[in-house]
Amino acid sequence: MKVTKKDLENVAVLSRLSIPEDEQDKYIGQMDAILTYMDNLSAVDTENVKPTTYALPMANVFREDVVKPSLDREAALSNAPLKENGYFKVPKVLED
Amino acid sequence: MNYEAVIGLEIHCELKTKTKIFCGCATGFGAEQNTHVCPVCLGLPGVLPTINKRVVEFAIKAGLATNCKINQYSKFDRKNYYYPDLPKNWQTSQYDLPICVNGWVDIDVDGEKKRIRLTRIHMEEDAGKLVHSGTTIKDSLSSDVDYNRTGVPLLEIVSEPDMRSAAEARAYMEKIKAIMEYIDVSNCRMEEGNLRADINVSLRPEGSETLGTRTEMKNINSFKNLEDAINYEIERQTEVLEDGGHVVQETRTFDPARGITLSMRSKENAHDYRYMPEPDLPPIITSDETIEKYRQELPELPDARRARLEKEYGLSDYDAGIITSSRAMAEYFDAVVGTGADPKLAANWIMGDLAKNLNEENLDIAQSPVSAERLGKMIGLIMKDTISGKIAKKVFKEMWTSPDDPEKIVKEKGLVQITDTSAIEPAVDAAIASNPKAVAEYKGGKKKALGALVGQVMKATRGKANPQMVNQLLAQKLAE
Amino acid sequence: MRYFDQPAHVLHDMLKQKEISAVELTQDVLKRIDEVEGSVGAYLTLTKEAALEQAGKVDEKLAKGEEIPFLAGIPGAIKDNICTKGIKTTCASKILEHFIPPYDATVMTKLKAESPVLLGKTNLDEFAMGGSTENSAYHVTRNPWNTDDVPGGSSGGSAAAVAAGTAIWALGSDTGGSIRQPASFCGVVGLKPTYGRVSRYGLVAYASSLDQIGPLTRDVADAAHLLNVISGHDDMDATSSATVVPDFTASLREDVKGLKIGLPKEYFTKGMDPEVERAVRAAIETYRSLGAEVIEISLPHTEYAISTYYLIAPAEAATNLQRYDGVSYGERVEGSDLVEMMTNTRTEKFGEEVKRRIMIGNYALSAGYYDAYYLKALKVRTLIQQDYTEAFSRVDVIMCPTAPTTAYPIGSMISDPLQMYLQDICTVPLNLAGLPGISIPCGRSSQGMPIGLQIIGKALDEETILRAAYTYEQSQDYHKEMAPLGGKH
Repeated sequence: MKVTKKDLENVAVLSRLSIPEDEQDKYIGQMDAILTYMDNLSAVDTENVKPTTYALPMANVFREDVVKPSLDREAALSNAPLKENGYFKVPKVLED
Repeated sequence: MNYEAVIGLEIHCELKTKTKIFCGCATGFGAEQNTHVCPVCLGLPGVLPTINKRVVEFAIKAGLATNCKINQYSKFDRKNYYYPDLPKNWQTSQYDLPICVNGWVDIDVDGEKKRIRLTRIHMEEDAGKLVHSGTTIKDSLSSDVDYNRTGVPLLEIVSEPDMRSAAEARAYMEKIKAIMEYIDVSNCRMEEGNLRADINVSLRPEGSETLGTRTEMKNINSFKNLEDAINYEIERQTEVLEDGGHVVQETRTFDPARGITLSMRSKENAHDYRYMPEPDLPPIITSDETIEKYRQELPELPDARRARLEKEYGLSDYDAGIITSSRAMAEYFDAVVGTGADPKLAANWIMGDLAKNLNEENLDIAQSPVSAERLGKMIGLIMKDTISGKIAKKVFKEMWTSPDDPEKIVKEKGLVQITDTSAIEPAVDAAIASNPKAVAEYKGGKKKALGALVGQVMKATRGKANPQMVNQLLAQKLAE
Repeated sequence: MRYFDQPAHVLHDMLKQKEISAVELTQDVLKRIDEVEGSVGAYLTLTKEAALEQAGKVDEKLAKGEEIPFLAGIPGAIKDNICTKGIKTTCASKILEHFIPPYDATVMTKLKAESPVLLGKTNLDEFAMGGSTENSAYHVTRNPWNTDDVPGGSSGGSAAAVAAGTAIWALGSDTGGSIRQPASFCGVVGLKPTYGRVSRYGLVAYASSLDQIGPLTRDVADAAHLLNVISGHDDMDATSSATVVPDFTASLREDVKGLKIGLPKEYFTKGMDPEVERAVRAAIETYRSLGAEVIEISLPHTEYAISTYYLIAPAEAATNLQRYDGVSYGERVEGSDLVEMMTNTRTEKFGEEVKRRIMIGNYALSAGYYDAYYLKALKVRTLIQQDYTEAFSRVDVIMCPTAPTTAYPIGSMISDPLQMYLQDICTVPLNLAGLPGISIPCGRSSQGMPIGLQIIGKALDEETILRAAYTYEQSQDYHKEMAPLGGKH
C-alpha cells in the first residue's frame, strides 16, 4: 500500500477533516488506487521541463491604487454564522 | 565558555498605499471594525485577487534602496494554514521567487561599521485582527474577528543571521526604518504596527562556525522591546547551555512588562504550509527599463546623505549619522542650513535642545513647535553675536511655547547681548575687587581661576555680557 | 403552440416580430418546468416570480418600440456555482446551504445588461467535482433522454434543463469537461471557451487554473450569441484575456473547405464505446465530404492527462476550499474550540468526493510528496501543452469524441472514483492547455442516447470551432430533436 493509515491521518489534519475509524479503510483504498495510477507520471522524462502553473502565458496584470467602495458592514456580515457588535465571532482559539 | 549570539530579523513593513494589496478597499488605521472589507478581502466564494501596481513599485524601490537584485520573474504563492484572521485560510505571499534578493545595508555601532546582508524582500498580505473576549487568548471563551487589516500590503524584509548583539539588531532595524522612510513607502509608525520584527536568536561557542538551535520571537514593535527581548534571550540561552541543557527550537513571546520571553508551549505540529503558486495571479516580469526608472526616482538615501553632510558641511561622522537617521530630521537640518545658519551649530541645536524637547513631549520632528526657519533665524542671531549661546537656550525655550520670531523675543525680553566695553567694564572691575583669592590664584599661574571671575561678571550682567569680551577684559586687567 | 423547444435566436426574432410576448414565453417554459422538472430535477433553486417580473419589463420595452438585446426576455438558467447577488448560491454543497452572495459574478452583470429572464440555479456535482451530478448534496438530476441515466456533470443540471426544454439556454462551468461532457450526454451544444475568454470573477473556484464558464444551448448559433454576451476582459479577473472579442455570430456560416482537421490517434483507443467511435468517424466523413482535409496527428502525452489533471485540480481545490471553515460565512457545526469547530463543520458538510479530492490535493502538496506529485504534474502539463502547440502547427482544429461512452445508469459508477476519473480522458487535456472546445450532437446510440463530437481549437480561436460546428450542424437534425423524457426501454 502506498497510502498508509498515518498518511490518511496526516492529510486529514491538513484538510481539517476527521475520518471516522470505520471509513478509513475505504478512503485509504480509494486514495491508494488513485495515487498508484498516478505513478504512471514517473515514466515521463521531465528532466529539463519547466513547470506550468497557468493555462496560458500572461504577466503583469495590475490594478491602479485607487480606492473602491467597501461593502456595507451589514452586507459583509450577512452570511456570518455568528456575529456580535460588527464582529465575526469564533469559539475559543487554542494556539497551535 | 564564551558564547556568541547569532541574530537574524524578519521585518514586516506595512506599505503606505491607498488601497489593499489585492482589492480596492481603503487601508488606514483605526476604522470601525469590518468597514474596510469587500467580497475579495473577505475571501467570499468566487472572488479573485488583483495586484495593486503601487505595491510592486514600492517593493522594487525597497529592494533597490537596500542593494538587492530584482528578480525579473517573480510570482505570488499561497501559504496555507488555518487561522480565523485569514479568511481564505491561506496567506498570499511569495515563496521561491520573491521580488528582491541578495541585498545589504551598512550599520554602525559604537563607531564600527558593519554590513548586514538581506536574504530577500517579498510582498504579502496582512491578516485581520482577533479581539479576545478575555484578557489573554488563553482565558477567552470566544474571539471577535475584524477583517479591516486583512489584505493591507506588507513587505517582509529578511536578513541573514549577521547580527551579534542587541545593539546591532537595533541599528539594523533603525537603518531599515530610515530607508523605508526615505523612499517614502511606509509610514513606519511602530506604535501602529507599521514596522514589526520577528527575531531569531541562537548561541554558539565563540569561534565556532556552526549555528546553534534558534528561538523565534514574533511581532516585536519597538526598539526597546527588540533590545530587551534579545538581551533576555541571550541571557536565558546562555544559562541553559551553561547548565548543560539544550535550547529548544520554539516560538517565544516577549512580555514587555516583565522584560522576559516565554515559551508559547506550542505543540509545534510541524507546520506544513503546502506552498503552491497562486494560479489567480499572473507572474510579475520586470524589465530593465522599469528597474532603471524606479532607480531614478529614488531620493538620496541615508548613507549618501550622511557622506554629503560630512563633506559639504564638515559635520562629524557621528553627527551626520544621527542627523540622517531619519528623513524628517535630515530635511529639517537642510531647511535650517538653508536659512544661512552655520551647519555645525544647526546640528548641535537639532541633536541637543530640539531633540530633548521633542523627546520630552513625545513629538515627531515634523510636529516641532519650533520650525526649521525659526531655528535658523535664532542661530543667525548667535552668529551675529546678538545673543550668546547661553542666552539662545532661553530664547529657544521661549520659542517652544510662543510663535514669535526669535528677534522679537530677544528684543521684548531684553536679551540682547552686551558688547559695549564700557557697559561690561564696571562689572569686571567689581569682580576683581571682590574676589582677591581668585585673582591671586590666577596671577599665581592657575589659569582656571579665571572661570570663577567670568561667572561673577555673567551673573552681574544677567548672562547678557558677551562671554568672549568678558574673558578678554578680565585677562587684560589682570595682566596690568 | 409551445415555445420551449425553440432555440434562443428563433425566440428572439419572434419577440421582435411580436409573435409572442416575453411573459407568454416565460409562462410556457414555467409550465414545462411544472410538467417535467419532477422527473428531471435540473434545478436547485427556482425564481419563478422574479422571472415573470423580468419578462414583464421586456414586454414594456417592446411595447414602447425599443430595440432589445439578444437575450432579452429569453428564459435561461445558471449553474449554482456562479454567484448571484441576493439569490442563494450553494454549489450543491451543504456547507453553503444558506449562502446568499452579496455580489454578482461578472458574467451575471454582463447577462443582466441584456435583460434576460432568469429561471433559477441548476444542479451540479458538489463544487463541480464529478461527471454525473450524482455528487450533488441535494438530489440527483436525470438525463432527459433516459431518466434512469445520469445527465453527465458537473454541469448536469444546466445540460438537462436545456435538453428538457426547462431552460432555453444555460451557463455552466468546465474544469475538466463539465460543460462538454454533460452536453454530449444530454444531446445539446456545450462550449468551453479559451481560458481567460470569460471572467471567472464570481465563479466559485474549484481549480483556478482550469475553470472556465461557458454556454449550454440548443444549437451552435445560440452558443455563439451567448459567448458574445459573456466574453471579455474583466478588471476583477487578472487571468482574463485582454484580447479583443470578435463577433462570434460572424462564424455562423457553412464553410469548411480546406479546413485542416486533426484526428489524434490517442483518443480512439481502448475503453471507447464502438458506437461512439462509429458516430464520430461518420461525422469526420461528413466533414471530408464538405471539403475538409483530415490529418492523423499524435498527442503523445495524452495518456498522462488524467494523472496530471487529477493532481493539479485537487491540489488547487484543496486550497480553494480551505475557506469553508464556519468562521465568516457558510454553515457552522459547533465544537469545543476553533479547530474542532472547523473540523466538525468540514467533516459534516462536505460530501465524500469533495473530501477525497481535498485529501488527494493536500497529499500531493504536502512535504515529502510535493516534488513527486504536484510539481511533476506541473511539468507534465507543460508537455501536454507542447503537444497541442505542435499539433496546431499542422491543423486548424482537432476532433475527437467528447466522452468515450454515452450516458450511463445512475449509481453504476459512483463507488469507483478512479473509474469515473478515467472517463474524462477526452476532455481534461484541453483544460490543462487552456484551449477552447465545443461538444455538438453527432448521433445516437442503439439505445437512442446522444453522442457528442468534440471540436478543439487554438487558444482564443473560438471562431473556427464555431464555424466547423455550425457547418456540421446544418448537415443534420440532431439538434432539433427533443428528449423523450422517459425511463428505460
